[in-house]
Amino acid sequence: MQALTNRAKQVDRRPMTFAEKLYIPAIAKGMGITFKHIFQRKATVSYPDQKREFSPVFRGLHILNRDEEGRERCTACGLCAVACPAEAITMEAAERKPGEEHLYREEKYAARYEINMLRCIFCGFCEEACPKDAIYLSETFAPANYQRKGFIYGKDDLLIPDPKAQNK
Amino acid sequence: MGSIQQIIFMVLSVIALASALGVVLSKNPVTSVLCLIVTFFAIAGHYVMMNAQFLAVVHIIVYAGAIMVLFLYVLMLMNLNAELEPQKRNWLKYAGAISGGALLVVLVAALRDASMPAMSTANNDIGLVHNLGMVLFRQYVVPFEVSSILFLSAMIGAVVIGRKED
Amino acid sequence: MTLLSIDWFFLIEKLLLISVVLVLSLVVAMYATWGERKVAAWIQDRLGPNRAGPAGLLQPLADGGKLFFKEEIIPTNSNRFLFILGPSIAMVVACMTSAVIPWGDTLTIAGREISLQVADVNIGILYIFAVVSMGVYGIMLGGWASNNKYSLLASVRAASQIISYELPMGLALIALLMLTGTLSLKEIVEQQRHGLWNICYQPLGFFIFLVCAFAECNRAPFDLPEAENELNGGYHLEYSSMKLGFFLFAEYINMFISSALMATMYFGGYAFPWMDKLGLSPNMVTILGFVALFIKTLLFIFFFMWVRWTVPRFRYDQLMRLGWRVLIPLALVNMLGTGAVELFKHH
Repeated sequence: MQALTNRAKQVDRRPMTFAEKLYIPAIAKGMGITFKHIFQRKATVSYPDQKREFSPVFRGLHILNRDEEGRERCTACGLCAVACPAEAITMEAAERKPGEEHLYREEKYAARYEINMLRCIFCGFCEEACPKDAIYLSETFAPANYQRKGFIYGKDDLLIPDPKAQNK
Repeated sequence: MGSIQQIIFMVLSVIALASALGVVLSKNPVTSVLCLIVTFFAIAGHYVMMNAQFLAVVHIIVYAGAIMVLFLYVLMLMNLNAELEPQKRNWLKYAGAISGGALLVVLVAALRDASMPAMSTANNDIGLVHNLGMVLFRQYVVPFEVSSILFLSAMIGAVVIGRKED
Repeated sequence: MTLLSIDWFFLIEKLLLISVVLVLSLVVAMYATWGERKVAAWIQDRLGPNRAGPAGLLQPLADGGKLFFKEEIIPTNSNRFLFILGPSIAMVVACMTSAVIPWGDTLTIAGREISLQVADVNIGILYIFAVVSMGVYGIMLGGWASNNKYSLLASVRAASQIISYELPMGLALIALLMLTGTLSLKEIVEQQRHGLWNICYQPLGFFIFLVCAFAECNRAPFDLPEAENELNGGYHLEYSSMKLGFFLFAEYINMFISSALMATMYFGGYAFPWMDKLGLSPNMVTILGFVALFIKTLLFIFFFMWVRWTVPRFRYDQLMRLGWRVLIPLALVNMLGTGAVELFKHH
């Protein structure tokens, strides 16, 4: 059989020589290895004090964006749900009523918008598909939860806070 | 110093006798073994009182440290439930009483003749390791060597038996 | 009464020394647990405990406190008396050994010469041997009284392991005794102070003693009595709270004492090179000597840990084979060789 790499080694089944049977050289070698490791860089990241940095292209939890006036950008077109390979996104559209112009930018908006974070594979296709720049992937990850239903994020989990409401 | 020595002697003797009785009277064999160990310690204490430290320590190493461990070892491996114990036969009791009585007679006969020599302070440190070594290797060198050869051959025998397995 | 004619200063001095040595061995054992976790972590590229205090230095206190306040469980079908006796014996025996180790030369304070050794018995080595051979009772009784098959198995293993390894250990010591001609540890150290360390004369004997010390302390790679993954912790499987703590603690004290013993018998004890040529006051030399012995001991403790996190556990038959077929013949050869050389030198 053709080997995939040339690193494969034949198992040595010869009986051990006397020097090998003493085991002392082997033990000494092992102790050398462990001693070397005492001084090597530690792999530990002391978590709460020190956080591991994400890569610049990291894709984390989704957020639903607002425009400058604090209106929701999403128009519930459903392109993100179509683009989603894991079928994690569901939404329900609704028509904007008169007097709600300060809440929703477009005439149609998402009354319900849910992402199942257990299904989501954080590929970022929704972000790419969105024509209104309404959905973005942030740099955090989903925190642990005790129940499955806790991982279905609704609009109140996803929407960023209203900048105007915060200023008040 | 007489009084302190007497007090210690009394205490040690009481411990030795009480634990020796415990060996015979206790129902649980493991407790018996433990009582026997306590007895050995009390006797080792007596050796120390007689300035025979070497003897005391060797007594502890050999009897309390090795032989009793083996006793305990065997007891642990046996299933010593009371129900499984074979019924004691009546003739065993008679045999025990007769042999015990015979031993008593022999002991009384031996003790009647034995004079109790007062402990002389002059050669009191015979039990120290230096003097003991002198006596063993000068006066009793042949029996000592014979017994040590016996032990050595026993040890080598153990190694050989271990080797035979494969 | 003659009771009153006792040298009270002597008594107080000895009591003080005993408490100091006891506290010292307890503190060292405490910090050995911390050291063990740190060494294990470093060898495995981790950081180890670092939350309690700076560098995790308060971790032993936290562990001890936790053990004290844990619920105490005594199994229903266990033998209650023996169950409590087990860890007590283990602890007492572990603490007793430190009495004959010379922690230093004599200090002279206010005209009194104070020896830094609790008892200079003329049979020091045999005393240690006797006490060590008592140590197995703690494990055996604890394991048997638990009324648990794993514990019982561990007890049986411990008994046969310790008895088997006492033999080569004793034989290795006999070779050393032929060389030094004394059983007193203090004299052994004094001889090394004025000559070469015994390791130069007895490398093989030291090696045998070292391996046996590992086995007698139930340390890896000979930690069969407490093999976690086959016996669920072995003899202390049923123990909880401070009784478990005593068993664990006794192991670390044993490690400390055997390290000190190896340093004393083979590596010069409190002697260090050029100690008599530095021109310091005798008290200063004594203190430096104590520091030297302490450093040697700590190095040995580190070695114990280093081996534990490198070498995997032996199988039971391998353990017995090593003891009976390798170490005993080696020790016998070593003993005979030493005897021959000594005989040759004297003629």
